[in-house]
Amino acid sequence: MISPGTTRIRVTIDNQSIEVETGTTVAAALVLAGVKGTRISVDGEPRAALCGMGVCQECRVTIDGGSHALACQTLCREGQVISVPHMMNAR
Amino acid sequence: MTQHFDIVVVGAGPAGLNAAHAAAREGVTVALLDDNPRAGGQIWRQGPGQPPQVPLQRLLADLNQQSNVTYFSSTRVIAPLGAHGLLLESAGHGGVGIRYERLILATGARERLLPFAGWTLPGVTGAGALQALIKGGMPVHGERIVIAGSGPLLIAALATARAAGARVVAVVEQAPAFEVARFGASLISEPAKLRQAVGMTRGFTGLRYWTSSIVQEAHGEGCVERVTIRRGERNVTLACDRVACGYGLVPNVTLAHALGCAINEAGEIVVDGEQRSSVGGVLAAGECTGIGGAELAAVEGELAGLSASGSAASRAVLHAQRARWRRFGRRVEAAFALRDAALVAPAAATLLCRCEDVSLGEVRAYPDWRDAKLHTRCGMGACQGRICGAAASLYFGWQAAAPRPPFSPARIGTLMAASEEPPLAE
Repeated sequence: MISPGTTRIRVTIDNQSIEVETGTTVAAALVLAGVKGTRISVDGEPRAALCGMGVCQECRVTIDGGSHALACQTLCREGQVISVPHMMNAR
Repeated sequence: MTQHFDIVVVGAGPAGLNAAHAAAREGVTVALLDDNPRAGGQIWRQGPGQPPQVPLQRLLADLNQQSNVTYFSSTRVIAPLGAHGLLLESAGHGGVGIRYERLILATGARERLLPFAGWTLPGVTGAGALQALIKGGMPVHGERIVIAGSGPLLIAALATARAAGARVVAVVEQAPAFEVARFGASLISEPAKLRQAVGMTRGFTGLRYWTSSIVQEAHGEGCVERVTIRRGERNVTLACDRVACGYGLVPNVTLAHALGCAINEAGEIVVDGEQRSSVGGVLAAGECTGIGGAELAAVEGELAGLSASGSAASRAVLHAQRARWRRFGRRVEAAFALRDAALVAPAAATLLCRCEDVSLGEVRAYPDWRDAKLHTRCGMGACQGRICGAAASLYFGWQAAAPRPPFSPARIGTLMAASEEPPLAE
């Protein structure tokens, strides 16, 4: 999937460091890292991106310490630190 | 600090980019803003392995050469700021005040996402949403995907998913076969659209394209594992990893509504032949004035840019193109109009409001949207009713009240920036 010559950047998702292609959204990076969801609903259920375009707010996560950031409208940057609720982590 | 511009364009999709482009040619100062990190809107979305498409490349190259155009990326409109002013929140600069002589709304459309049992499971997305996520780099290689809902967007999502290596198990369309076939035949009059459709479907070979069918339930533990489709009188359950379901598009009119622009019964901003809204100094173009596709949006955007900048250029060709693409839009609308199966609300236990976890049963006990909100918190969560409000309006005919700022979740610092603004001189 990754074409040669494209720039890779490294982000950290809850202590898991992964490399992604430049231009990748945080929403995509979460899936690449095997994260199961983005937030816990009022009734305690896992949720993940629904609308993919900044409307539904389901994909909000904490990025570089700022809470409620929309993963679908944020691009990955070198050294970015992303965190999601504990129950979402694959490991 | 408040920045002044002759023209502010909200939204950098086909309509907004063309509006900014046309206005900038007249030499006025233009601010173009978009809540996404990159320009292009939904149709020209860029991403890894998704370089800017040719029309976008050309527009961006032209706009980059214009010193009178300022682009604000990752920027949302949070509130009106006096007359002819807006409070913005940008990912990079926080709260920013902006003033305009003319405002062009090119706020586009969002997907109509309708609830069904299990639609809150991770792995359920909109159809356009699936496209957007894939273009943003989400891997779907080898995944089994069911694409559902209604309209040409399902075909576009099919093409994107297949190109990314997904196995599309079925495309589930609520419209009946004869309507879809009639629409397909009508594409003869728009050969470019026909070529596009044939390319995207690869002639439908080996594809399960089920008409008069809707998604009834998504099943799984913690994520989607299966989906049940209602096909006429029988149910079919398919194993899958994702369900991408969207029932057409809904114009984004929050800002227009708040500014007092007339909105028609279809939920579109009402505009005249020059793309002017009912409020002086406010114009609108593209899908927020009615769903019609990128070609229509581009023409309307250019017209809006010419009107707003007072250009003397002839509009005759643009008016003819606009009429042509509006006819096309009406054909799409007629073919994929929602039928009864999609218009009936699902079972009472199904969640309607995903932000506050409120079920359809809880909500429908009330006579209107306002009462339902006050008693159940439906529509009062982070999305501010943009998802559930569209569904409630479809099922119950409820009209949303005029939106109140902040229009999106905003930081305290952004709101403080508004209070630090000096009084606006008229």
